[in-house]
Amino acid sequence: MEWNGKTDIVELHSVFEAELQDVIPICHASIAGTRIIGRLTVGNKNGLLVPTTTTDQELQHLRNTLPENVKIQRIEERLSALGNVICCNDHVALVHPDLERETEEIIADVLGVEVFRQTVADNVLTGSYMALSNQGGIVHPKTSVRDQDELSSLLQVPLVAGSVNRGSPVVGAGLVVNDWMAVTGLDTTATELSVIESVFRLGEMGPGGAGGAGTNKESIVESFY
Amino acid sequence: MSMDLDGPVPFSGIEQDQPVATILCCNCGAPIDGTSATGALCPDCVKLTVDVSAGIPREGVLHTCKDCERWLQPPSSWITALPESKELLALCLRKLRGLNKVRVIDAGFIWTEPHSRRIKVKVTVQQEAFTNTIVQQTFEVEYVVATQQCPECLKSFSPHYWVASLQVRQKVPHKRTFLHLEQILLKHQAHRDCINIKEVKDGLDFYFAQRNHCEKMVEFLQSVAPTKTKKSQQLISHDEHTMNKTFKFTFSMELIPICKDDLVALPIKLAKSLGNIAPLTLCYRVGTSVNLLDPNTLQTADVPSAIYWRSPFKNLADVTELTEFIVMDIEPVGRNNGRFHLAEATVARASDMGSNDTTYFCRTHLGGVLHVGDSVLGYHLTGTVFNDPNFDAIEASSQYSSTIPDVVLVKKYYPRKKKSKSRNWRLKRMNREQEDDEGGRKQDQERQEADFEMFLRDVEEDQELRNTLALYKARNKPDNRMQGVEGGDAMEEDSESDDEAPKINMDELLDDFDELNMEDGE
Repeated sequence: MEWNGKTDIVELHSVFEAELQDVIPICHASIAGTRIIGRLTVGNKNGLLVPTTTTDQELQHLRNTLPENVKIQRIEERLSALGNVICCNDHVALVHPDLERETEEIIADVLGVEVFRQTVADNVLTGSYMALSNQGGIVHPKTSVRDQDELSSLLQVPLVAGSVNRGSPVVGAGLVVNDWMAVTGLDTTATELSVIESVFRLGEMGPGGAGGAGTNKESIVESFY
Repeated sequence: MSMDLDGPVPFSGIEQDQPVATILCCNCGAPIDGTSATGALCPDCVKLTVDVSAGIPREGVLHTCKDCERWLQPPSSWITALPESKELLALCLRKLRGLNKVRVIDAGFIWTEPHSRRIKVKVTVQQEAFTNTIVQQTFEVEYVVATQQCPECLKSFSPHYWVASLQVRQKVPHKRTFLHLEQILLKHQAHRDCINIKEVKDGLDFYFAQRNHCEKMVEFLQSVAPTKTKKSQQLISHDEHTMNKTFKFTFSMELIPICKDDLVALPIKLAKSLGNIAPLTLCYRVGTSVNLLDPNTLQTADVPSAIYWRSPFKNLADVTELTEFIVMDIEPVGRNNGRFHLAEATVARASDMGSNDTTYFCRTHLGGVLHVGDSVLGYHLTGTVFNDPNFDAIEASSQYSSTIPDVVLVKKYYPRKKKSKSRNWRLKRMNREQEDDEGGRKQDQERQEADFEMFLRDVEEDQELRNTLALYKARNKPDNRMQGVEGGDAMEEDSESDDEAPKINMDELLDDFDELNMEDGE
């Protein structure tokens, strides 16, 4: 069992390395001896929050790996799976309603975001049921239009309800996304992929950054004529 | 001419209250309302992807017996069901294994050509696929109608349906012993395991599906009758690899050919060993051994079957040779032995009455029941030539030749009216198969009826015999007509009863509850 877990993780790493090696440096890390980093930590371009169970060595390793300008903070929080209870981009974070006041302040300080206590389709685990980037966000499929509008106005990004992994509502856990690319589970259908691509505006990204692709494309089309 | 065209009329859309599509179906991409959709699937995709009848087989086999057209209901019962009947539908649905996990909404037959040997059933089931989502599905199940002989039909076609048989034989010209045995078997329900009973010459054949059933029957018969049993077996099949063998067992059981009221001439040597009884004796009872009585002295002797078969002997005369006598004079001697009372009697043949005055003097054990003027049945020894070596030995013996009486009285004769067979009781009969072309002949049938009548008289006259049997109350008149053939003894009512034949007390009779139930059903 242990061995299988390790091989799975190694395979996952190799997939990521193959895709991203030239663009983003990839480092191996663990949190409290486990490899489920995505669910236990939360971060953006400003900082990274790790749970209280993180050991000193792991913290030191992360500090050594990440750039200087990214703050790292270990927080004393009962809800230690930070990735499940916090959903953030570089500007806004939606958090679990039961999160402690101090944690909320730390999130605001370290990640440099506005913090809102919210639920997604009556689910308190905002990090699990919502995936967010600076371009857009995808929420639990059962979210009503009113809730989507409300969340969207808080986040100032377009939101859409959707699913990953062939109908799974756990979009936050089934999907990892930044402003350039998203990685989803193998079961995800073409429809789901197209929804994800459109809401995170992934297909239209060029090297010029967000929004640049649109103009580039136009100019290319013009030059063909 | 200008056409007067209507201007565009603004279409005031109906206020749309229906839910707004919020997500795309993850399977087909159709826009659906995410708040009500299950698993991000549109209803069509739910129908396509979820199979609630997954565990239910779509094919089955129904077994039917070609001959009796019954259907096998597993594991072993056979039921009668018409095509497209609800019984058959129940049988079909019972064949489907996973049907208990879903809710069956509807089921019905789809017509199929009977010669196709296929039965199609359309079943509609419901099951909860996700929370709050019930999926209804209709599917067809095709059954192949296979043929399989039911055990009953198998029995009638195959010579190998029985494993053990018991052949019971008694080499006497009448069937009274078997009538008695039949009643004993009926009373003890000993024939329950029999799969067939066949009537053959001189006896009965019992067939069993299992050897131990047969052995049970053998033991039972050994406990009620004097018998000699021989066992034999025939190898039917034999598997060299497993050393499994199949045998057919046959038990041959012979009953001692001596019946109640037979006159018996014992070998002198045997008579000496049996308490020095006089060798000319009367058999008064047959149990597990033969009980003999010397009517001159009331001395009794028991011949166990083991001793009998060491030196078998035949009866000297049987009940068919009984002659009717009239008691002229009777005087008790004063000695008695159980129900026998020794008496000295002077009798005359009933056929001699009015022609001559020949009388015979004899001693008899019937002192308790005979009175002057009574009719009595007995063996007339004077003037009868017996062809029996034992009797010849007695005649030749200096000791016993002088003791041979003229007449041996056997039992009191109750004159019965020829046709007055009105009995307030009856016996049950077993179902048995006649041997081929026997019983078809008229004289055989007459003989059988005579044997049965004689047996019934015995039952009436003999309290001891009666106690071993189960007697039932006769049905009232309309039933008699209906059951006349089967009952055998149920005859037309005859109210007058001036004959002195003994009657059986109603208290001794049983109510026949089986038959009552049947009448209720009809």
